[in-house]
Amino acid sequence: MTAVYRDALERVSAIRGVHGAMLVSTEDGLVVADSLMEGVDGRAVAALAASLVGRLRRTTESAGLRPPRLFHLRAEKGSILAVPAANDLLVVAVAQPDANLGLARLEMFAAAERIG
Amino acid sequence: MRALEPWVAGPLETFLAESAARVVLVMTSAGQVVAQHGFTRSLDVMSAAALGAGIMASTTEVAKIMGTPHFGALVHQGSKQGVFLAGFDTPRGRWIGLVVFGPETSVGLVQLFFDRLARELAAAAPPESERGPVLAENFERELNASLHALFGR
Repeated sequence: MTAVYRDALERVSAIRGVHGAMLVSTEDGLVVADSLMEGVDGRAVAALAASLVGRLRRTTESAGLRPPRLFHLRAEKGSILAVPAANDLLVVAVAQPDANLGLARLEMFAAAERIG
Repeated sequence: MRALEPWVAGPLETFLAESAARVVLVMTSAGQVVAQHGFTRSLDVMSAAALGAGIMASTTEVAKIMGTPHFGALVHQGSKQGVFLAGFDTPRGRWIGLVVFGPETSVGLVQLFFDRLARELAAAAPPESERGPVLAENFERELNASLHALFGR
């Protein structure tokens, strides 16, 4: 199973402009597996991304909407993408502004399916 | 939040605000309370400090058997609340943090901000002043001063 996780994450992190990808436990905010470049604080990204996704999920539930399939947080110097997967996991990617985000999203959906 | 030493208060308040923890206890590895938040009874805080220090002492011995100086942290996750227990080094010696958290936060967030708290306390700690012997005539006064600082009574 670890090899499946690693392979799925490496396909995401190999995309141009993506600094890394990881699998995060949504409830705990802990890193389950990662493929990150040096300098990315995976633990911090995992904890904060899981917290953000949890809050946004509750927001959409409160609004009577279906759970989001993709979370995209765009900042000045890059983006954080998160896609929910099975078993309460989250595929998270950290990307720089000029990253190929379209391809990253496709690979993240594929990773979420493979992990499930 | 109440602290025996004023320099502990700032980093601890930041930790409480960012981690959304419910209860926090900072103590020495001997179980002496340095700061607390969320406890209302002195008996509870003394019991928690003694138990927390005891658990850390036990797990440190297990760690030594396994060939490592100590474990990073110990987490007990319950259905409604979790307990996070971790030791960290300061210029005043090894201290312990005991954090109780609920579903409004996560163990990842508590761990993340606890690591920052440990770094900030280690950086903020002034060098320990030379302490004289504990004399019987001073003991009760010092004890009462500590209880007042921690519980306001």
